Amino acid sequence: MIEHRPGFTIFCHAMLLLGVAALVFPLWITLVASTHTASEMRQVPIPLWPGTHMFANYYTVLTKGVEGASTAPMARMLFNSLVMALSISIGKIVISILSAFAIVYFRFPLRMFFFWMIFVTLMLPVQVRIFPTYKVVADLHMIDTYAGLTLPLIASATATFFFRQFFLTVPDELMEAARVDGAGPLRFFWDIVVPLSRTNMAALFVILFIYGWNQYLWPLLVTTQESMYTAVIGIKRMMPGGEQAVDWNLVMSAAMLAMLPPALVVILMQKWFVKGLIEQEK
Amino acid sequence: MATVSIRNVKKSFGETEVVHGISMEITDGEFVVMVGPSGCGKSTLLRMVAGLESITSGEIAIDGKVVNNLEPKDRDIAMVFQNYALYPHMSVYDNMAYGLKIRGLAKPDIDARVNRAADILELSKLLKRRPRELSGGQRQRVAMGRAIVREPKVFLFDEPLSNLDAKLRVQMREELQALHRRLGTTTLYVTHDQVEAMTLAHRMLVMSVGKTEQIGAPLEVYTRPETTFVAGFIGSPPMNLIPGRVDADGASLAGDGDTRVKLPQAYPQLGGRSVLLGVRPEHLEICAEGEAQLEPEVDFIELLGSDSLVYGHIGRSKESTRIAARLHASVKPQDGHLPLKFIAENLHFFDPESGKRIEG
Repeated sequence: MIEHRPGFTIFCHAMLLLGVAALVFPLWITLVASTHTASEMRQVPIPLWPGTHMFANYYTVLTKGVEGASTAPMARMLFNSLVMALSISIGKIVISILSAFAIVYFRFPLRMFFFWMIFVTLMLPVQVRIFPTYKVVADLHMIDTYAGLTLPLIASATATFFFRQFFLTVPDELMEAARVDGAGPLRFFWDIVVPLSRTNMAALFVILFIYGWNQYLWPLLVTTQESMYTAVIGIKRMMPGGEQAVDWNLVMSAAMLAMLPPALVVILMQKWFVKGLIEQEK
Repeated sequence: MATVSIRNVKKSFGETEVVHGISMEITDGEFVVMVGPSGCGKSTLLRMVAGLESITSGEIAIDGKVVNNLEPKDRDIAMVFQNYALYPHMSVYDNMAYGLKIRGLAKPDIDARVNRAADILELSKLLKRRPRELSGGQRQRVAMGRAIVREPKVFLFDEPLSNLDAKLRVQMREELQALHRRLGTTTLYVTHDQVEAMTLAHRMLVMSVGKTEQIGAPLEVYTRPETTFVAGFIGSPPMNLIPGRVDADGASLAGDGDTRVKLPQAYPQLGGRSVLLGVRPEHLEICAEGEAQLEPEVDFIELLGSDSLVYGHIGRSKESTRIAARLHASVKPQDGHLPLKFIAENLHFFDPESGKRIEG
């Protein structure tokens, strides 16, 4: 729409600013809170401008945790989260690209049956199958291990389906040309399919990294030791129950730290992400 | 360098048979074009030679060795696809080198072969580019380069020019011919374009609905079509086919209704027989009213500059036979009846039942 009335322009900008404020203000409060002392944060009204204790707060959170609540250092939790998010995203990509490759490029008995089996799991998110999954993981003695934390979340229908749809758009002649050139199936997979899927993989990586990083319910169930907590659980554990006062400055520092890696992944991979979702190299 | 033998090859997809037994012996260095309308099985036949389709029955041998159960890579063939099928993420160089790398050739060897092919195809300046940065003609050349570097026994082309515009197609046709003269590799080429077939082929295999219609040199196919299908398929506009019964004396043809066509010479051996009389548009010429051997009523005229195509019909409108004649541009035909005569020796007779040629 092209409008040239100044009143309208002002109105538009006002609405936009309002929207931005609604989104950014909580983030700002989080950032501001992470730079004050605990007592400053208990004043009314709470400060709206950054204070001077930023480094002290972050140092405390990263190395010591919160006294009186979870004393696990945040650094360990961030590491756990990173391991979980990376394992889930890379594991999912590897498994689903291989299964999609099998389903699209090979003819074997029960091929469609397997495809539908994979497809059906789309209807069963983690939360629905959480108790049987927990039982299996517990029986396999995988509580408090990275394997227990990540394996059940790796099996993925969405990513398999995504890759399958992409492979179907790759012209058959490419496979035939590779066959005439003398490439076997694995050679074709490595030399042609994987490079062609790069942008798709990047897009999936971004989505799955955030998905893995933000897992809450499953890590909560499957970890019992503080050393295995993930960052997202860690934040919750920093708030002691009952009458005890919450050290908001430290909790907010932890929240800032927990937000950082997914934000970085999105920012750094933005170009690839958009490419992977909208265009295909053909 | 190799011969290719196709022996009674059949192909079925499930219950449906799409290739009904084709046989052809291709000699070393020959350029054979398989031509036919869409869906006639020509591409399927080529893909069976390539090893991309299994052979339901029959045998294909390359250089005397039956290859029915060999993978494409073990047949020593190279194929050029209609949509080029270049690897989009590889440079021109890598596209051409890929097959050699897989075969484990040494780097300097690969380098030499790719550069030589690039030289022949004038791709030397484009070696670092990606396929999407190339024009259609250049992509086509890269696809050919990929085939050349392999130095295979047989080249297989599957409608390689059909994605190019008309001008480029003519140019690539010339290049293909030059390439074949230079390399002398046995070549099988599939097209639906009869001009490509006529200009490129040493011999052509004309196919329709999975059957051989005729195998022969282009000129032979043109001047002596074996079936009405070939007569109609090769040549543009297609050969005129006039149904009728030859009179007892063999000097004229009585068509449907009251049409009569006088024959330029008597064919007593055909006397009394039902035939399809075939004559190409360029083998009709205008003549004086009294000498007319057939007199179509003119429907419309296409002026092509060098000559004019006159379309008309003979006989009553309902079961009329359409007639096309290619006349010199200086001839200005009038509407109404056009007196035409045959240029002798250029008549063909076909059996109306089987469509097969009858020796006149």
